[in-house]
Amino acid sequence: MTRPFIPALVMLIAAVAAFFLFPYNLAFLTRILIMIVLVLSLDLVLGFAGIATLGQAAMYGAGAYAAGLFAIHVWADPVAGLLIGALAGGALAALSGAVLMRTQGLTLIMLTIAVAQICAEIANQAREVTGGADGMRGIRPGKVLGLWEFDFIGITGYWYALTIAGLVFAALFVIGRSPFGLSLRGIHESPARMEAIGVSVYRRRLAAYTLGGGIAGIAGALSAQITQLVSLEAFSFTLSAEALIMLILGGTGRLYGAVLGTVIFMAVHHTAAANDPFNWLFVIGALVLAVVFFLPSGIAALPTSLKRLAKGGRHAGS
Amino acid sequence: MQGLEVRGLSKHFGGLVVSESIDFDLKPGARKALIGPNGAGKSTFANLVTGILSPSGGAIRFDGEDIAGLDEAQRVKRGIAKTFQITTLFPRLTVRENLRLPVLEREGLGRRMFARADSNRAIEDEVAALIDQFDLGPLADRPVLDLAYGQQRLVEMALSLALKPRVLILDEPAAGVPSSETHLIIEAIERLPHDLAVLVIEHDMDLVFRVATSIVVLVQGRILTEGTPQEIATNAQVRELYLGGAHG
Amino acid sequence: MSLLLNIAVDGIAYGMILFMIAVGLSVTMGLMRVVNLAHGGFALIGGALAHWLGRELGLPFVAAAALAIAGTVALAIPLERLVYRRIYGFGELQQVLATIGLTFLMIATVNLWLGSSLLAIPLPEALQRSIDLGFRQLTAHRVTVIVVGLAVILGLWALLDRTRFGIRLRAAVDNRDTASALGIDTGTIYTLTFALGAGLAALGGILGAELLPIDAYYPLRYMVLFLIVVAIGGLGSILGSFAAALAIGLVETASRYLLPDFATIVTFALVILFLALRPQGLLGRAS
Repeated sequence: MTRPFIPALVMLIAAVAAFFLFPYNLAFLTRILIMIVLVLSLDLVLGFAGIATLGQAAMYGAGAYAAGLFAIHVWADPVAGLLIGALAGGALAALSGAVLMRTQGLTLIMLTIAVAQICAEIANQAREVTGGADGMRGIRPGKVLGLWEFDFIGITGYWYALTIAGLVFAALFVIGRSPFGLSLRGIHESPARMEAIGVSVYRRRLAAYTLGGGIAGIAGALSAQITQLVSLEAFSFTLSAEALIMLILGGTGRLYGAVLGTVIFMAVHHTAAANDPFNWLFVIGALVLAVVFFLPSGIAALPTSLKRLAKGGRHAGS
Repeated sequence: MQGLEVRGLSKHFGGLVVSESIDFDLKPGARKALIGPNGAGKSTFANLVTGILSPSGGAIRFDGEDIAGLDEAQRVKRGIAKTFQITTLFPRLTVRENLRLPVLEREGLGRRMFARADSNRAIEDEVAALIDQFDLGPLADRPVLDLAYGQQRLVEMALSLALKPRVLILDEPAAGVPSSETHLIIEAIERLPHDLAVLVIEHDMDLVFRVATSIVVLVQGRILTEGTPQEIATNAQVRELYLGGAHG
Repeated sequence: MSLLLNIAVDGIAYGMILFMIAVGLSVTMGLMRVVNLAHGGFALIGGALAHWLGRELGLPFVAAAALAIAGTVALAIPLERLVYRRIYGFGELQQVLATIGLTFLMIATVNLWLGSSLLAIPLPEALQRSIDLGFRQLTAHRVTVIVVGLAVILGLWALLDRTRFGIRLRAAVDNRDTASALGIDTGTIYTLTFALGAGLAALGGILGAELLPIDAYYPLRYMVLFLIVVAIGGLGSILGSFAAALAIGLVETASRYLLPDFATIVTFALVILFLALRPQGLLGRAS
């Protein structure tokens, strides 16, 4: 019964080790943790429930702006800010999902992109509130739980983000094994059968989309608090697409695939994109095509695929 | 009246009449079969009863209640279930998970997020009993897509039975099953609960005559005749239908 | 009155550009069932080539445009044969990812070649002139765009309705399997259709550079716009794309004149509302 926890434990140890191994890269490591939360939210929506979306950044951005505004105008408490971010992401997902979950295929993909673009446009127009294209500045989060102040080196930020990422992972791990998680996998496999079982697929998908939106909102809020800045990039198509690539790279529906894919992608990004964002597009473009053509189930499926290959080889030999 | 009661049911697609003033009863414990040539409207009838299609006219009552206005999910909750003509399972889930899903949903537990799906004792016992009933024990923890087609048809039936229906419509349960495995399907139908009302839609006459005590013949959306297997076997019109050009 | 006319002329011209770029996307999506997010890349390639041929080599506009379109088609054919052909059988998500990857590669290539700044395509004197209608002035460019757009839809209609290729293409869109069973070479049809769509996108990109300026990020910036035309028009419907492109062109132009700050929001909100009520689009078939 302890076996399923081993990957989670290994990841936790790796995260703690990373803190001591790369003390000068805490900002980057924290960025990875925030992206992990976003990609986990996408794994719930797309990996579990099978909802094809290219607009997860909409909820991420909503969470970021909401948490930023909350910290500036209402209360600087970070944990309360995360809750506000989750509410904003969830509310946007529920609102847009009410329409989006009625569609599928190309229309769904297109509308998810469109929702994120509308959000970006609104944030751009509401300059007095959001700072428009200059971004929202002046976010000064208070002490975490009244104890730990955010420092310049990013020590508090790292542990704070790690804790949240760990909690989100644990929550999704529990949800993945729950009746709700099973029903989402059922919808992914066969919506028609789920209807025949007496389930409203629309409502169940909307619930998953809303929950995923809430988690994406948490990721956005984390980002707003730790970088103390929110820009229009939070709503960008590139962010949604990169999150999707990270998830597919790692493998969908497994949670640790989301973590693995994010870490690998971010590491490649860190080394390849440091100097030139356009040459980075060469790398990412080639990477995506390579994954789609040669590794369609992601890296997390590699052991299973190899095992099958080995088994098949033995069968063929005998 | 107890059970299913259909009166004057009709369905038109534009100008095309696919069901025309059908009267049909299915009482608890009944074993009826619906036969007829291709395009006779058998699947349409099943879809009208289960709520996948809405009728153009007529009444559908269940235990005296008019259910014609209810959607598919609501009728499932009333106790009307149907298997799929083309196997429609959750291929990458195990047999046990396939059966756990409908039981959880039937009990209204499907939205729970913070309990394990396999932690409810009563539900696990019920799933295990279903697996036993259909002799799927050795395959219980294999993904459904690994199963042979005949076994998948058994899971198909078990999945609908897991909803504890009071009316079960089997839409071509033996379709695509090699004849060497048809006996598995027949045995599974014979082992269905005795108080369950069963309607079998099937082309395989051997299966129909083995399991049904009453047979309804549908031709061009209308009921041609209804009778015992003997009556149907000796009915001249039916013989002509099946031995003549309209075979299929 | 003058405002209405402005909106009508600019909106129709804008709609024609959208139609030229998106029609190939609609037909390939309807025919090959491929979600091709990289389609805007062909408009970018056409525009970039026209910029290079005009600015760097000094070719006159028409020659540069014609060569640029030919160049785009010449690139599109091997791309279809070597890459897209493998994508057709993939799931939706895999198609989305693969074509995003292609989009990124196109952007990176154009950037490496011509940089990330605006790629202007200078219009000839003749197109910059104003045409006097007596009560109002129109730029020759807008008139040309509208005339070319009409020529494109008429040409497509003639092609589809009057030629063997058109009959086969329509048969293949209606039912791929039947078409193959009838001995129609669907592979060749796919390639020709893809090339035609890419060429029209290049034409739209070049002619529309005043309305949708060309730079390396072009395919990402306008991706949603082109997808919207396809979704509203209905997959695979040329007439649907035409109507959708004109409607979107007019709506967005009108809101740009009347509510300049909210044009994008208004347009997208209307699109979402429309698709919520009619998910299969104007002339699409319900799935």
